[in-house]
Formats: sequence, C-alpha cells, structure tokens
Amino acid sequence: MTASAHMQAPDTDPGYNFAYLDEATKRMIRRTLLKAIAIPGHQIPFGAREMPLPYGWGTGGIQVTASILGPDDTLKVIDQGADDTTNAVSIRRFFHRVAGVRTTTRTAEATIIQTRHRIPERPLTEGQVMVFQVPMPEPLFKLEPRLAETRRLHALGDYSLAQVKLYEDIARQGEGGSSYSHPVMVNHRYLMSPSPIPGFDNPKLHMSPALMLFGAGREKKIYAVPPYTSVVSLDFDDHPFRPVRAPHACAACGSTTSYLDEIVTDDRGGRMFVCSDTDHCAENQMARKAAE
Amino acid sequence: MYVAVKGGDAAIAAAHAWLAEQRRGDTALPELSAAQVAEQLGLAVDRVMAEGSCHDRELAALAIKQARGDLIEAAFLLRAYRNTLTRFPAAEPVDTGAMRVRRRISATYKDMPGGQVLGPTFDYTHRLLDFALLAEGEAPTPPEESEATGAPMPRVSDILAQEGLMRREPPGDDAPPPDLTRDPLPFPAPRALRLQSLARGDEGFLLGLGYSTQRGYGNAHPFVAELRMGEVEVLITPPELGFPISLGEITVTECQMVNQFAGQADTPPQFTRGYGLSLGHSERKAMAMALVDRALMARDLGEEVTAPAQDHEFVLLHADNVEATGFVEHLKLPHHVDFQSELEKLRSIRARWEAARNGVAEAAE
Repeated sequence: MTASAHMQAPDTDPGYNFAYLDEATKRMIRRTLLKAIAIPGHQIPFGAREMPLPYGWGTGGIQVTASILGPDDTLKVIDQGADDTTNAVSIRRFFHRVAGVRTTTRTAEATIIQTRHRIPERPLTEGQVMVFQVPMPEPLFKLEPRLAETRRLHALGDYSLAQVKLYEDIARQGEGGSSYSHPVMVNHRYLMSPSPIPGFDNPKLHMSPALMLFGAGREKKIYAVPPYTSVVSLDFDDHPFRPVRAPHACAACGSTTSYLDEIVTDDRGGRMFVCSDTDHCAENQMARKAAE
Repeated sequence: MYVAVKGGDAAIAAAHAWLAEQRRGDTALPELSAAQVAEQLGLAVDRVMAEGSCHDRELAALAIKQARGDLIEAAFLLRAYRNTLTRFPAAEPVDTGAMRVRRRISATYKDMPGGQVLGPTFDYTHRLLDFALLAEGEAPTPPEESEATGAPMPRVSDILAQEGLMRREPPGDDAPPPDLTRDPLPFPAPRALRLQSLARGDEGFLLGLGYSTQRGYGNAHPFVAELRMGEVEVLITPPELGFPISLGEITVTECQMVNQFAGQADTPPQFTRGYGLSLGHSERKAMAMALVDRALMARDLGEEVTAPAQDHEFVLLHADNVEATGFVEHLKLPHHVDFQSELEKLRSIRARWEAARNGVAEAAE
C-alpha cells in the first residue's frame, strides 16, 4: 500500500489509486495472470470489478492493464488497429488520468499494448506485452452455450464440436472457418478464442516473443499465451487455414501485405483501401519519403 | 362477533391520498414541473413514448411525474390515454434516409459518405460520478457549432445492397399495414407485426433477449451497419386531397444490423438485416430490437429454431411490459376462493399420503 503512494504520478487524479484499482484487486488479478501463463490457453475465472467504462468496451483489458502497469511503462492503446479511434482515445485518456503513464502511438516504443480486434503489423519483441479485450472468451460458445458443459469439454480435450463445424462449413461453402475470432489450439492442448481479431492476425500469435494476455471483464475470465508458445489455427491437413485480407494495396502507403480497411467514398460503389494499423502505415509513408 | 373484511372505500381513499403525498415529497423543496422532466430527464421521456406507443413529450413527462418516476407505470398511463384519441389514417412510411441527423455511426466502415457523427452520447464518457452536478451550477458551455455540410447520408445498408450482398426485403404492397393495436397477433407473426410488437416492447426484456443471442442462445453474428438518430418528417395522405401533407417532425432512432446468412440451394450466402426503430432517442432499445428482429427471422430463413429469442410466441407474447406488469401484479388481488379449494385439496391428498405411509409402516412391523 505504501508503494502506491509514491507511485502516484504528479499529474494524476488524486482521488484514485494508481491505475484506478486498489492494490489488493491488482494483486488478485496478477495472481490470476500467473496461473493463466502457467496453463497456456486455459481460461481462469477471476473476480472482475465494475469499471467506469461499460461492459463490452474493454473492461477486461483495462483491468489487466491496470494490474500490470507501472510508472515506467509506455502504453499504446489501439482499436481496429488505430490509435485515433474513439474507444482507444477514451481508454488512453483514462490511463493518463488515473495512472499518469507515458502513452505512445508507436508500436516499437510501447511496453504494453492494449488492443481491440487487431495485432500490430510490426513484429513484437521480447518484453512487450499485448493485452487483448475479449468479449466472449469461450471458443465453443456458438456451438454449446452452457459453460458447465464447455468446461467439461475443455477438460477432456474434446473439440469435436468445433471440428465438425469446420467440416460442415467446408462442405457447404467450399471454405472453412470464421473470418474473425477463428479458434486456435494453444500449446497443443487448449482450444482458445484469439478474441475477434481477423484470421489474418492469427499467425502472429504463433511463437511470438511477446507475452499475450487476454481479459474478459463481463465474462470474468483471464487467459494467456506465454512467449514462444505454439498457437495453431484450427484447420484440416487438406484444408489448411487461410488468413484473408482485401486484395489491394494501401492507398496511403502502398503496402500489399498489411490488413486493410475498406472505406466507402461515395454512394455509387466507390471504395478506397487503407491500412488498419495507423502506426505501421505512418512508418511506411516515412520510409517512402526518406527513400525519395 | 366476527365481521368479514370489506373493501373499504375509506382505506382506498386514504391510500391514494398517501400516494399523492409521497409523490410530492418534501414540500419545502420546489415542485418538479412536467416541462423540467421533458427537458432534463429527456431519455426517460423517450422511453415512455416508445413503450407507451405515443409521441408526445409533454404527456409522457406528465405520466412520469404522476407515476413518481416508475417508467412502466408511466407507459401504462400513456397507453391508456392514447386509446381515447381519434385515429388518423396511417402515415406514409417515414424516410429515415432523409433524416435530419443528429447522430449517425457505423461500426462496419471506418468512414463513408456523410461521415461518422458522434452526436450527444454517453459513449466514451468515463462513468465517474460528477459530484459537481450535486450543486446547482451554471449551464454547461455549448460546444462550438460548425456549418452543416449538407452532404447526403445514404443508409449504410443501401451501400451494401448496391453490391448485392444484402438480402432483398420483399417489396411492399398497397394494402394497409396490419395493426397490432387493433387486431390480435396471429402466429407465426408476419414481420410487420413483429416489428410493431418489438417497437413498443419492454426495453429491458428485449435487451436481455438480444444479449442472449450474442452469448450463443440463437447464434447471432451481428454488426451495427448503422445507428442513426434525428428528426424525420411524418406525412399523411388524406383521401380527400390525394397527395401527402406534412404533420410535423418526430425524433426517432434507427438501427440496422447486418448478420451473415449461410444461404440455401436457391439463395446465395449473403447478409441479412435486423431492424430496429424506436420513438425518441433510445439506442439501447433500437439495437436490442434489431438483434431480436433478426433472431425471429430464423424460421423464415429455414434456420434451426433452438433459442428463446427465435421463438415468436415466447418473444412477442412476453415483450409487452404493460401486459406483463398487469398479470404479474394481479397476484396481489384477492385469490382466497381459489386458495380455499387449493387448501382443501392439499389436506385431502396429504391425508391419503399419511394413510399410505402408515400402512407401509404397519406392514413392515
């Protein structure tokens, strides 16, 4: 408790403890995180608290970030890949207000990156921590909504429901899988929801040097993928998982490898495609200018 | 001598006088006016107008004041009043594409013609109690106004429809629309009646049902294609004139959700629309309505009906809070005649049960 007093940055709101949550709650969440890291991909229940942002808007991610944040951290917050989207701005402001930490939009500079729906394009490095906001932690919920039953299926490692669903999709549509939130096998043991990131980002979880933490506030679950852990998208040998992106080049930086947003430019069918990762796009544009 | 309890006019009169006194509260404080309710508790007024099926801010504010802030009671008062009004002809369909937009957001596109307009919203506020509001202070400074661009704001669902990715809605006909308030609901209910029922349905009930579809009870994959709120013109065509005239503007909130649909042998895979429209500014209601509307389409689309939100009778017969509150609360009425027969029945079957058990015990000895 005394530690928190001197951790209080000078320009933060004095009415609140450093990073909003009380120290005992943060410790409880850190213990949950340790357990989650020890059992990769396994969902650990935790006593999620009411936060001053609504459920579904990142309360799980915010609680995880609040629990691991120290005064020397540099925080980046993205939503849909971008730092300037409204919810990302709101969460970044929240941590600036209650923790006074340094914030950045640069992926390379960040020690903690809280995200909704994307993993940055720039490869992450050792020591970086990704915090994912998770709406539905249970990868099987669309196939079996009852949690007592899915817990049993995880214990038995019985993922036949997901495999049959994938088979049916392939049989009916010719291709498998969900375009986003496509389930992954973690460390060859637990089926895990990667959160609603596009399938395009799934491969970035595999053997990543960064620590991946997943927080679901409303559903009161935390799970994790430790650095250098095997993460494989659910697929079949003869129908391998295929990450999808719009087949265009970014209109701003020309990238043909990044994930793109589709922007409607008029009501006559006009479309433009730009990078969803705003930091990556800006870096590309700078590199381009430097080369010219 | 025993005297049977009678209804007691005096008791009822006293109870109602007490209620009126409670409603007024401490007379040392100024009385709340209906105009203050309409201005400063505007979202409560919007909810009462939606569930009361009557667009009149003043009457809804009065209902809230009279109901001591009980919004279901207020909707009930407004519904009861509404039925005393002479009925006009049905209005022309309101054109929400031509809405004077105060708020318009799309979750499916980062940007689109007309842009994202955040408008007056709780979204992105931090839910920290603002103790400054405890003191009566100065009016907040209004935000800077910028010139309206006048750029058209086509509906996002129309943009998707241009590409042929949206399931076409069946074309309308000239037949007068069915009216839930005049004829009982048939089952399975046609979509026009389902939407009428949902539009006046309880926000909390629809919220819970909509939420259940997101959690696996109904298999929804929704995206908010567009949520818009603002003013639309209401037009009627009086038969003696034969052309539409304007009655004025009302505030509505419209939500269009897109959901993936696997398609069938004769239908390509495509997006389907869940639709929500609510009187006033009520986003939670419009969104929940759009989720439930889509869930209720399961039957028409040949999807498996497994969840409560997909069941027409379950949803539509329990969504009306005026009906529901009446029947739940009627349990407070005297039921002693029925209960007496229940008592006698229980005594009788208990006597049999005891006799049977004693018989078993004797046989065992």
